[in-house]
Amino acid sequence: MRRRSFLGYGAAAFGVIGLTLIAGWWRVDGPGAPQAVGARPLPLTEMDFSLTDHEGRTVGPETLIGSPTIAFFGFTHCPDVCPTTLADISDWLDALGGDAEKLNVVFITVDPERDTVEAMAEYVDYFHPAIRGWTGTERQIARAVEGFRATYEKVPTDNGDYTMNHTASVFLFDALGRFVTTIDYHEPREFAVPKIRRAMNEEKAEGA
Amino acid sequence: MKSILIAMLMAMTLPFGLATSARAGAGDVVVENAWSRASIGTSRPGAAYMDIRNAGDENVTLTGLRTDLAGMPEIHLTSTNEQGVSSMSPVGEIAIAPGETVALAPGGMHAMLMQLRRPMEEGETFPLTLLFSDGGEVTVEVPIRGIAARGPDD
Ligand SMILES: [Cu+2]
Repeated sequence: MRRRSFLGYGAAAFGVIGLTLIAGWWRVDGPGAPQAVGARPLPLTEMDFSLTDHEGRTVGPETLIGSPTIAFFGFTHCPDVCPTTLADISDWLDALGGDAEKLNVVFITVDPERDTVEAMAEYVDYFHPAIRGWTGTERQIARAVEGFRATYEKVPTDNGDYTMNHTASVFLFDALGRFVTTIDYHEPREFAVPKIRRAMNEEKAEGA
Repeated sequence: MKSILIAMLMAMTLPFGLATSARAGAGDVVVENAWSRASIGTSRPGAAYMDIRNAGDENVTLTGLRTDLAGMPEIHLTSTNEQGVSSMSPVGEIAIAPGETVALAPGGMHAMLMQLRRPMEEGETFPLTLLFSDGGEVTVEVPIRGIAARGPDD
């Protein structure tokens, strides 16, 4: 009995040390590491993650190949940045008119704990119909964030709740999955829309 | 029936907002272009935006917010670092010099409405009271726009 509890403590101690090491790795070298300024996302063809869209379909980076893509990270309990970004994107899509149909537009949650498939479905319903909401397991979300060279962090709030810090830039990829550029948080429409057009024309220019 | 109720509520709250402008300092604060977004239920925090103008000739300091809509209203600042990562933090006190306007707007500051006591319904309004260091208060009726609203009128 005694021996077992010693073993138990030993295992617990190892567990704590292991977790500390993992936490250290996460912050220094892992996905939690601060990204060098200008770190480029991988091409979509080199990313590897599997998520579920707001209609319950299995999706991943391969889902996005074939059409240009607008992608960004957020969470539905976000009162300011995320509805602003979703509303801005909706506005840009309106400006693109019929061309908006040629785009993949994905909102990937960094808060899978609260953002279930149902929560995502309810939320994206209020914005432009082209916008898809993606969620999944903690691990798969982390892999997606890593592929985009983005970051996120859970932050406790005074009222015992939590909020998420996250990369607020909007990522643009061409139809071949190559990263084109980012649109900064709340960048005006007159800068954003030409960037999207550029992502849409990228592979056309090359094919010509 | 509902519209009569809203009209009655507005009749009760509107003069209240005007009546608080008795003091100098906070009494010369004008709030314009207030708006907020509708919420889905009460589990997610809401946000409200507005322009707060000091039309007087004394400094005023905004110290806090009060509303029956939310258990914990606070002014927050969203900041985005050079890596494009956004975070939100409480602002504390905001000094507004004579003639100056402080804007709460997407991309900058917002009135964060935590612990909603009722859903924020599009088309309705709610009273939000701004508290100042001189003891003065200014109450505004904040219109609730759609979830995808981008400003007070678009
Ligand atoms: Cu906030």
